[in-house]
Amino acid sequence: MSILVTAETRVLVQGITGKAGAFHARQCLDYGTRIVAGVTPGRGGELFEGKVPVFDTVAEAVRQTGACASVIFVPAPFAADAILEGVNAGLELVVCITEGIPANDMIRVKRAMEGRKTRLIGPNCPGIITPGDGKDSKGGCKIGIMPGYIHKPGPVGVVSRSGTLTYEAVWQLTSLGIGQSTCIGIGGDPVNGTSHLDAIRMFAEDPQTSAIMMIGEIGGTAEEDAAEWIKQHCRKPVAAFIAGATAPPGRRMGHAGAIISGGKGTAAEKIAALRVAGIAVAPTPSDMGATLAKLL
Amino acid sequence: MNIHEFQAKELFRRYAVPVPQGVACASMEEAVDAAKQMFDNGSRVVVIKSQIHAGGRGKGVFEDGFKGGVQLCKSLEDVRHNVSLMLNRRLITKQTGSEGRVVRRLLAEIGSVIRKELYLAILLDRKLSRPVMIASTEGGMEIEEVAAQTPERIVREVIDPAVGMQPHQARNLAQQLGMKGDLVPQAVKLMLGVYRVFWECDASLVEINPLIISEESGGKNQLMALDGKITFDDNGLFRHPDIRSMRDLAEEAPLEVEASKFELNYIKLDGNIACMVNGAGLAMATMDIIKHYGGAPANFLDVGGGASRDQVTAAFKIILADSHVKGILVNIFGGIMKCDVIAEGIIAAVKEVGLKLPLVVRLEGTNVSLGKKILNDSGLALLSADSLSEAAEKIVSAVKEKAHHDGHRKQPVRQTH
Repeated sequence: MSILVTAETRVLVQGITGKAGAFHARQCLDYGTRIVAGVTPGRGGELFEGKVPVFDTVAEAVRQTGACASVIFVPAPFAADAILEGVNAGLELVVCITEGIPANDMIRVKRAMEGRKTRLIGPNCPGIITPGDGKDSKGGCKIGIMPGYIHKPGPVGVVSRSGTLTYEAVWQLTSLGIGQSTCIGIGGDPVNGTSHLDAIRMFAEDPQTSAIMMIGEIGGTAEEDAAEWIKQHCRKPVAAFIAGATAPPGRRMGHAGAIISGGKGTAAEKIAALRVAGIAVAPTPSDMGATLAKLL
Repeated sequence: MNIHEFQAKELFRRYAVPVPQGVACASMEEAVDAAKQMFDNGSRVVVIKSQIHAGGRGKGVFEDGFKGGVQLCKSLEDVRHNVSLMLNRRLITKQTGSEGRVVRRLLAEIGSVIRKELYLAILLDRKLSRPVMIASTEGGMEIEEVAAQTPERIVREVIDPAVGMQPHQARNLAQQLGMKGDLVPQAVKLMLGVYRVFWECDASLVEINPLIISEESGGKNQLMALDGKITFDDNGLFRHPDIRSMRDLAEEAPLEVEASKFELNYIKLDGNIACMVNGAGLAMATMDIIKHYGGAPANFLDVGGGASRDQVTAAFKIILADSHVKGILVNIFGGIMKCDVIAEGIIAAVKEVGLKLPLVVRLEGTNVSLGKKILNDSGLALLSADSLSEAAEKIVSAVKEKAHHDGHRKQPVRQTH
């Protein structure tokens, strides 16, 4: 078990003929992800890598291949439309990797998704992975841009706003011999589809997940919201790290959502809230794996 | 992206948000001409306002001790005197840091008779993923202070993006601000205009502090924006070339401007250990761990997920251009970005710019052994580290040792902005 995706998940790639889309579609195929279709308007009828059919629309791809999840690599100006195309085609899961989508576009997208069944992960995220049990964790489901080989199947659910910092955490876990059930990058934007709390709720219910690692950063209150819920409802141990203790106020630290504004969203505030909820907070990013290991 | 007050007011005018009549001036002549017209048209007071991207201007102090970045002038004499003490001088406010900002432009405005000062802003409510308009009767104060001391004086309306801000929402706010009679329709018009600025211009914050009720001739009340601050969502700027052209590079740190040319995410800080990292979260975490081991980060630098060799070289040049840097920590977790590419970039950069400072490199991830081999074979005097903590410890102690050897005294504390 795992959350949201398994080795059987049928995935389509929106923007499969673009540079990034093609590169990562190949990487995902190599990992073992069941990429069943690609979508690029105007390129319908082609075959990607000689085997994956390309369609003009997501609806057509879903009809023809039974895809239930998609991963989006289309450029930022067209990404909101791409997400809603996936939603309207009835996909269960849309993972948006694209960085740089205007916040107002995402505000509209979230409003339009209200009451719909689709779950959105991202945007501006590395994606989601359920490691498999082959060599270098192959044979699982990788929907995103993370390097597959750093993962290992196991009991820890990982949720993070960051990309490479997640790889760091996952690698520390794997190096300690601790595997992961599913790792979700929820993205660094202020408006995203899945929050820390959403992911943690799913991990709390997943029988394969026995501990949770939450990696947060400055800006917003997503970590505090998750901590509040964990305190009340979560019986599984949670370890965490919050990046940005040294970030100056009022500056966006790379991620559009990583900003201390009006004195709010500081690392200190978040860490305090996490501790109150009984979450083990790693003192440095070098101790993320070790902090979680102590909870097992 | 931030813009100046006079630019914000230009946008307000476009959206029918009332502002005082004013002219942006870059010279004494322009300021005097503008003020003369205002006095000739019957204005008793002309206000001269420093245009810099920082708050607290009114209470700011110029480098030579002249107090006040906003001056009320009752005559052309006053205007000349004040402008001579303001233009092209450094203004230090609580938001600029001790180095202040050079005032390159002034906004000359007709003085208003203020009956009441209010506060109005619109921004994203991250929890709800919707815009929220916030208003308060406590204008002229910092809203954070109001929120802390008298939160009941802040009122808000959450906006449904499917339909946009509705007139009744503006009426609700106006009523809670205590407005009556003719002020209510004025507030509706102004608030809907502010909402449109926010929504149609892809702003992330529009703030009017103070929003004033002024006394016009005949005793009439007029609602208008006495100040204006707009921050734009950088991700939305591609849709607005006109707004993009309002960017004032002189208000940004030169190294940050240089970095943006190479699509590098660089923020200068006040420490002495430079870092170069791929990914924003890992870059913040790297700064944090430098601090944890007793050092101080000199910058935030995210070279991105797929940086080229040229970008790595440019990044190196930028961090070395900060004269306070005494050591460098490179931390790369290769995923998409391969460690051998980074290694080659580092070597190319060091060969091009020379290296006189301690350099610690920590590589992990895709092609890590090849990357490490390339660095080892290069003959460069760099220290390598396997873990993040080892890397941080090594660079902090290398910088301390070097400072000890060089007999340098402690660096004076500098401010960042």
